[in-house]
Amino acid sequence: MDRQLILHKPFTELLAEMPFAGDFFESQGLQIPTVSVKDFIDNLTDTQLEDMGIEPAEFLNNFFTFLEAVGSMTERTSVISSLTITGGINKKGEDEDFELEIKAGEIICIVGPTGSGKSRLLADIEWMAMGDTPTKRRIKINGADPDKSWRFSPEHKPVAQLSQNMNFVMDLTAREFVKIHAESRFVQNPDEKVEIIIEKANELAGEKFDGDTPVTSLSGGQSRALMIADTAFLSKSPIVLIDEIENAGIDRKKALDLLVGEEKIVLMSTHDPILALMGDKRLVIKNGGVAKIIETSAKERQNLEQLQELDKKLLELRNRVRTGDILEEI
Amino acid sequence: MRFVTVSGPPSSGKTAVILKTVESLRQRGLKAGVVKFDCLYTDDDKLYEQKGIPVKKGLSGALCPDHYFVSNVSESFEWGKKQGVDILISESAGLCNRCSPHIKEILAVCVIDNLSGINTPKKIGPMLKSADVVVITKGDIVSQAEREVFASRVATVNPTASIMHVNGITGQGAFELSTLFGDEKTETDTLDGKSLRFSMPSALCSYCLGEKRIGSKYQMGNVRKMDVDNG
Repeated sequence: MDRQLILHKPFTELLAEMPFAGDFFESQGLQIPTVSVKDFIDNLTDTQLEDMGIEPAEFLNNFFTFLEAVGSMTERTSVISSLTITGGINKKGEDEDFELEIKAGEIICIVGPTGSGKSRLLADIEWMAMGDTPTKRRIKINGADPDKSWRFSPEHKPVAQLSQNMNFVMDLTAREFVKIHAESRFVQNPDEKVEIIIEKANELAGEKFDGDTPVTSLSGGQSRALMIADTAFLSKSPIVLIDEIENAGIDRKKALDLLVGEEKIVLMSTHDPILALMGDKRLVIKNGGVAKIIETSAKERQNLEQLQELDKKLLELRNRVRTGDILEEI
Repeated sequence: MRFVTVSGPPSSGKTAVILKTVESLRQRGLKAGVVKFDCLYTDDDKLYEQKGIPVKKGLSGALCPDHYFVSNVSESFEWGKKQGVDILISESAGLCNRCSPHIKEILAVCVIDNLSGINTPKKIGPMLKSADVVVITKGDIVSQAEREVFASRVATVNPTASIMHVNGITGQGAFELSTLFGDEKTETDTLDGKSLRFSMPSALCSYCLGEKRIGSKYQMGNVRKMDVDNG
């Protein structure tokens, strides 16, 4: 990126090449320049300079960093085919002694009592641990050490985390909300993506909702459905960490299929037998360390079908309660 | 001694983040102290004391808290040296969003929370714009998407900062933050002669000197008027 060239170019020309350049000025509470950036800065009065809240040199440095960051974001395509976790130590200082390679499209479940260290394992992955966290675990991407700069730039991090909490505080409709999210990720054709996400979310949700519903009025199940569809289609992060999908009001099998269908690596902390058996493997956490790795057996898979039948039955009953049915015959 | 300025809007979670970070620093064998600046009242010093963290508190009272901060920061630094801490952290609330507590060559952290609204990053001045590290809190309360939108807005306002999510309750992310606090390159002997990253909010008008009466004829000094006739 030629900084001098950008500095002297009329802003309208710059905008034609980099439509997002205006966002930076807007975010600083400034008018979008009509002249070159250099002239714009030179023409600011002392009061305007003070209101800017940052020295001009720093302002320009931030502007260029912003252009570079967004530029690299729109170029990046996800090429993560594997994630490797190398064991460290547990809370007692004992070796975990394992190495696990997870391939794109695989689901790994993390099980263990509350406080056993499930969240720490998710945190190690999110932080791209390199033997420098309390557990001394190491994470490798495609067999190599990950880029350290990922740690501090959320928009470049290849990891998306779906937390248990799916509350919203923004005062927007579902459609507007997803659109803002798409724009913040500089996604191409945001409107098209938004419609896909609303549609897919409705396939997951027990109760349908309209794109014009305010996000703050969505039910727990609808919010979860919206966030899972959003993660599947909007997030470029090829690794998805899930802290439990609560079972109310959402089709969990479809939800996982949706995520894995986009060739993502899914790690999910859960207590739910259905979700646990849907995983290819499950890591058992004890005393802050991985104590065992269980591969889901054929027998277990068979039981999964039974469990899903039970689950379906419950879901039907739930819908009948909702519609005012009498449950004498079940 | 290493010095870190931590600032952020009121109730954004500064104290909780510092408490968890100091704990992580301790596990790594580093001793930290805190200088807590506030306006009229604070009890947070007791929270630090309970954890055995050396703490000094300063209340600005009727003065601009930012000006009070910069007038006392050098003495606070000397106090920290006497306590024998490896790292001294100053905690100050950005009450008018125009605060500018960050010092050149000193690690500058801004704490801001997800609940404050997506336009908040735009509204905060030097405290956020010139920070080296922006810590976003209360991420456990909102959805992933909302967290991402918020972080991206922060990254637009301050593209050079490292952005981190820290949970002040569980401490997730605090260990990671502590690795930045412990950087030996920021070792300093004194703050005297150092310079603020940006000027503090200007305040030199008749009201600063105790004027109470309203009306143009009572206004002197640094006075700025709204344009109420046009647009």
